[in-house]
Amino acid sequence: MTVTNVHKDPEALTMTITSEFDAPVTRVWQLWENPRDLERWWGPPEYPATFEEHDLRPGGIVTYFMTGPDGDKPRGYWRVRNVEPPHQLEFEDGFADDSGKPNRDMPVTTLRVTITALDARRTRMAIETSFPSLEAMERLLEMGMDEGMSSALGQIDAILRSAPKS
Amino acid sequence: MVVDNLGDERIDQVFRALADTTRRDIVSRTLGTELSVTTLARSYAMSFAAVQKHVAVLERAGLVTKVRRGREQLVRCDIETVRRAHRLLGELEDLWRARMDRFGEALVAADAPTTDDPDTDDEGVAS
Repeated sequence: MTVTNVHKDPEALTMTITSEFDAPVTRVWQLWENPRDLERWWGPPEYPATFEEHDLRPGGIVTYFMTGPDGDKPRGYWRVRNVEPPHQLEFEDGFADDSGKPNRDMPVTTLRVTITALDARRTRMAIETSFPSLEAMERLLEMGMDEGMSSALGQIDAILRSAPKS
Repeated sequence: MVVDNLGDERIDQVFRALADTTRRDIVSRTLGTELSVTTLARSYAMSFAAVQKHVAVLERAGLVTKVRRGREQLVRCDIETVRRAHRLLGELEDLWRARMDRFGEALVAADAPTTDDPDTDDEGVAS
């Protein structure tokens, strides 16, 4: 099992999901650093993500869009706050308009990623998601649910089971 | 995941919490608004620590929430808010669990050093 712990704090409006992977820290980091790898997992199968700009430096911007089953293309962006490869990444994740500019009417989520080595071949990754308010959280999750993630769950499990171990 | 399912024990806890005049007063005064423990403590002829204990009983019963803002501890009674937050965090958990499953899958696929591959299609590694 990938996910080892989920901590939800309804007062602070944060959730921390902790996962462990059979891979060294540098490879786990690669899945954030390389946009082509990022595309493999950021969006669900029905809403695959395509990353365009990808500047993982403090103050850097990452832009992406997701392609829906009906051809709709919601756009998002990250604003990088802090980065310490291959262990730390902190960024704001928000919605963008059709031209890729941040949509200031939409609230942003802050994500803090912490990657630590358990040993040479095992890595723990903790991702803390925080929301500015309950209303923001409600609004963002309503939109997130449109990504159709629930139906993706079954497929992923099947792929994971058949995936060869290195 | 949903907290609507209040068990008997929990209901007892709620009734016990409300069986005290001070605690009932705290609930009615913080309904839908925020008051600091300090402000609350000034209203009752008891110590700050005693008021804090009452708040803790209410908090355990899920009747109020406590938020720290600077040095202040703000108390708020908003059961519906807590419920909504629980439900939303549950949805968020689902979303991230699916994402972490895909992450694990991509990790296996990333075993071989990846290069920019313009032919990569939506099916990813599912070959």
